[in-house]
Amino acid sequence: MADETGADRGGAGADKMVIIAASGDLDKAWPVLILATTGAAYGMEVTVFFTFWGLLVLKKPGVGITGSDWRQKMLSVMAKGTPDHLPLSRLNFAGMGPWMMKGLADDKNVASIQELLGLARDMGVKLWPCQMTMDLMGLTEDDLIDGLDEPAGAGSAISLMKEASIELFI
Amino acid sequence: MADVTVDARNLQCPMPVLKISQAMKDLSPGQSVELVATDRGALSDIPAWASDMGYSLKEQFERDGEFHFVVEKS
Repeated sequence: MADETGADRGGAGADKMVIIAASGDLDKAWPVLILATTGAAYGMEVTVFFTFWGLLVLKKPGVGITGSDWRQKMLSVMAKGTPDHLPLSRLNFAGMGPWMMKGLADDKNVASIQELLGLARDMGVKLWPCQMTMDLMGLTEDDLIDGLDEPAGAGSAISLMKEASIELFI
Repeated sequence: MADVTVDARNLQCPMPVLKISQAMKDLSPGQSVELVATDRGALSDIPAWASDMGYSLKEQFERDGEFHFVVEKS
């Protein structure tokens, strides 16, 4: 993948970067995707593993109540997710905070979460949903955005991190 | 003169680095890209990126509040 990202150092010897994205907050999803795309611009083979609330960043816009268990359904209403509805970790104020933040980002030409997700996919960044979190929350692959890699687990993440030169937990 | 010009004016981090890296991948060794940016972060980011990638920063100057970087693929 690395040779598709603009670097000359692709192939087996490419540096690897792994990000564990465990937060569904806008102010965490932003640095995750900014660092992932920049890593790809550096010719690194980048994988982002979306787990727990981080999985909500990958939820397809328009997907409503998910899961079969009443608790899964309630959680899917309480924590809606999708790239365009992420809350702020602080000063959320029932959506006022993110609304102001996204308005500012738009005025200042900061790329949105959706744009960065698209760029990440175009640049060959691997986006891994956590299978266990999908099962826990009752999310299927149809509930998630297109262009993701196969769901994986902690073992795959550890195997990758053992070889990676940059590992981040955000 | 650079072979390709990339306009990253008014775009914020990380777009200048992403844009120049995408333009660079279509070039052959010896060819160069001129990036124009207004993001102040590019002043440190572009030289750092070019050096890490093994590309050479041939020129860097400011004109009318815009930052120009000429980077050659090696």
